[in-house]
Amino acid sequence: MTDVALPPHRSRTRDVLGVLSKNRLAIVGLVVLLLLGVVALFGEWLAPHSPTRTNIPNRLEPPSLTHPFGTDELGRDILSRVLVAARVSLQVGFIAVGLSLAVGVTIGLVAGYYGRFVDTALMRFMDMVFAFPAILLAIAILAVLGPGIRNAMIAIGIVYTPIFARVTRGSVLSVREEDYVRASRSVGASGPRIIVRHVLPNVMGPIIVQTSLSLAFAILSEAALSFLGLGVQPPDPAWGRMLAEARGFVRVAWWMGVFPGLAIVVTVMAFNLLGDGLRDALDPRQKSVIESRGHLL
Amino acid sequence: MSTGDVVLSVRDLRVTFGTARGPARVVEGVSYDLHAGETLAIVGESGSGKSVSTLALTRLIPEPPGRVEGEVVLAGQDLLTLPPGALRKVRGRRIGMIFQDPMTSLNPVLTVGRQVTEGLEHHLGLSEKDARRRARELLDLVGIPDPERRLGEYPHQLSGGMRQRVMIAIGLACEPEVLVADEATTALDVTIQAQIVELVQRLQAELGMAVIWITHDLGVVAGIADRVLVMYGGRVLEEAAADDLYADTRHPYTAGLLASLPVVGEAGRRLVSITGLPPDPVDLPPGCVFHPRCPHRDDPRCATELPPLREVAPGHRVACFYELPAEARR
Amino acid sequence: MSGYVVRRVGQAVVVMLGVSVIVFLLVHLVPGDPIRRSLGTRFDPHVYQLLYERAGFDQPLYRQYVTWLGNALQGDLGVSFRTGRPVRGMVLERLPATMSLAFAALFIGLVIALPAGIISAVRSGSRTDYSVSALSQVGVSIPDFWWAIMLILLFSLTLGWLPPSGYKSPLESPVGFLRHLTLPALSVGLISGSILTRFVRAAMLDALHRDYTRTARSKGLPERVVINRHVLRNALVPIVTVAGLQLGFLLGGVVVVEVIFAWPGLGRLAYDAVLRRDYPVLQGAVLLVALSFVVINLLVDLLYARLDPRIRYE
Repeated sequence: MTDVALPPHRSRTRDVLGVLSKNRLAIVGLVVLLLLGVVALFGEWLAPHSPTRTNIPNRLEPPSLTHPFGTDELGRDILSRVLVAARVSLQVGFIAVGLSLAVGVTIGLVAGYYGRFVDTALMRFMDMVFAFPAILLAIAILAVLGPGIRNAMIAIGIVYTPIFARVTRGSVLSVREEDYVRASRSVGASGPRIIVRHVLPNVMGPIIVQTSLSLAFAILSEAALSFLGLGVQPPDPAWGRMLAEARGFVRVAWWMGVFPGLAIVVTVMAFNLLGDGLRDALDPRQKSVIESRGHLL
Repeated sequence: MSTGDVVLSVRDLRVTFGTARGPARVVEGVSYDLHAGETLAIVGESGSGKSVSTLALTRLIPEPPGRVEGEVVLAGQDLLTLPPGALRKVRGRRIGMIFQDPMTSLNPVLTVGRQVTEGLEHHLGLSEKDARRRARELLDLVGIPDPERRLGEYPHQLSGGMRQRVMIAIGLACEPEVLVADEATTALDVTIQAQIVELVQRLQAELGMAVIWITHDLGVVAGIADRVLVMYGGRVLEEAAADDLYADTRHPYTAGLLASLPVVGEAGRRLVSITGLPPDPVDLPPGCVFHPRCPHRDDPRCATELPPLREVAPGHRVACFYELPAEARR
Repeated sequence: MSGYVVRRVGQAVVVMLGVSVIVFLLVHLVPGDPIRRSLGTRFDPHVYQLLYERAGFDQPLYRQYVTWLGNALQGDLGVSFRTGRPVRGMVLERLPATMSLAFAALFIGLVIALPAGIISAVRSGSRTDYSVSALSQVGVSIPDFWWAIMLILLFSLTLGWLPPSGYKSPLESPVGFLRHLTLPALSVGLISGSILTRFVRAAMLDALHRDYTRTARSKGLPERVVINRHVLRNALVPIVTVAGLQLGFLLGGVVVVEVIFAWPGLGRLAYDAVLRRDYPVLQGAVLLVALSFVVINLLVDLLYARLDPRIRYE
């Protein structure tokens, strides 16, 4: 609305890092994620006790110095289980989102770049997948594939594919008519070459943002599936499973229900904060959030 | 055109925006008097602060991040010190605004009628029926055919020219003493531009309004303005009666603007253009704001000292150390 | 207007057909013989034969689909592999519970999100804005089922105000219905409200910074009129879209909360069907949910056209 002159152009990467570094919440998110990464890699070493060894005489102990998060109904140390479970959560999140990223971005690039019939066919198909609520679709897929951690990754990966396809296609459409893309086409560069060389780098912003936000939702989905007994199988600890086990005991042992849940909240929030920060820096049009947030429940 | 008493007096108007890189000084020390019935043109490139300086008159700048200082006196009242309620009695009632780009300045989900009548109902206390009748007259006045039907339509159903006319009708609705037309014709094609200009001039004569006409195009100004303010980098560089400005140009920047006008008969061809970029309002150059782009920055003070706005002829003020030779003044 | 409606309905029909294909294929993607998997190792061969023929598994796949779709269009969704009951009845009797939970949750969500989002946007940058943003940020990061457990812990187990699970028909006992509805609706509604708050705030902020809002202010209108008539009316367009999307997801997306509260809705039916490998029931529940999602999206788009004259007159 004002006719203030724009500041002189600076490098994009530096701009992004600049904006991000000024966003205190995004930095908090990033730091939490780095800590979580360390926990995921070295959970067993960090854990004060064995996450799986049962100790019936010690069962349902409230939080204490020995067991800061208390013990569960089999006397296992909840802190150790929460720490060790970080790995499986992040693993499922990253692999599932990696899957949707690879498939969704490819579909979006192809649909957006080639347009016409290819676009219509692919995007209508994505609409159909998108017409199923996330968790219900994941459950239905697991009904076909059978429960388990690997299938949970596949199911979550399928569920979040259409979001990536949509975000990518939208961005491709906006850069497709840019001069440099037209120029490469006019000198006879091949379709795939143009896509990889020119289109992809220019749609990275929204995709990166979407990746961070999707990781948050993927971890929520994994927790839900494990809670329902369709994801991570016992005796491996997973935050969702721990909450399912806690259900019968919350009346006598609130700590069983509180700490695994907090772990989920902290992880999901860290990805959300980072994603919001990235969005402010990379995707000011804020297209990506609309679709993913609506899809959360 | 005869001019009357001073209706609006602006003194040392300054507008600053807080940005991540520091304060952006978008308008710096703008002063002028506006007389009844007069047309004042404020000319400058985008980024010169011309629009912001008029938005600031009625504090239509979001504060924060913006900050408006100085004095804006309308009929003895300093608008910048008025409480919000009293200021709202000035907006639309005594100072009307016509914004550029009627596509985005009109509300897409309200009918034309609603957007014209709401000011009438609020300021003049007209009933819904009376306001609607008045709105119909206004649309008729601004040359919109079939006004009754148009009242019930939405902005996107109108052509660009019609939308601009609706904007004008909104600005004129309460017959304000001052009308600010911000690039009111920029988005339109030449024929419609001419119609709109003529329309505003006619209404001005009929209603006795003072008009502030903001544009980047000195060509548009030539036929309509009594006085011209040339702005650059948030500052007034030259102020003169319109005829003097063209006949006796004193500032190198004004000379550059005039030289870059397309010459009649050589349509579209720009003879000279001013090289370089307009200044960054966060990082204004020391000395004269124009000196980095100035072809005559010979005086050692240009880069260090701010040239004061001094009177070089009656009613002709210029902020420059350099004396433009007579032949360069056209 | 009518052109837009026809085009939009046409699109919805295409998506519905696609959805039906996906749902149909669900059963056929199961490795091995789904009926055998469903019945387990010990079963009555007679029952098996009956189910097999009823499902038409001896036919080629496309014939099976056509038959299945034809039957589905007439309301015949097959029979449960487990109980032999028609799926149609099993699905329809779950609809009231699911719908009441979805609408109650959306209601709670909007009651929170509209005022919170509007105030947050209008006082952008204020302490109120930061508090609202922080709370909604936490809200969108909370898993609904954990929130459900926490609410049960507080309101049922500790305070004893509300039942921890179960369902009462509103016809039998309106008060009991509401008492049972409150906790599940709050579990989902508070999270829904957090999500919607962020959208309302974003939509309001967007509209607040538009040129037409400046025009409205330049007319000297009271701030209340500027916000209500100019800003909110424009912000409502995206808000309605997102609220509609939310409703669509709430209708089928609250599986875990339904399971926790033993709420007899479609989500829990689908989940139980998965555990029992009762594929026709799973198909029926998923189909109904997906179709209602498509229909809600369609209705939202038509409502969108009511709110946004640019679409209405296209």
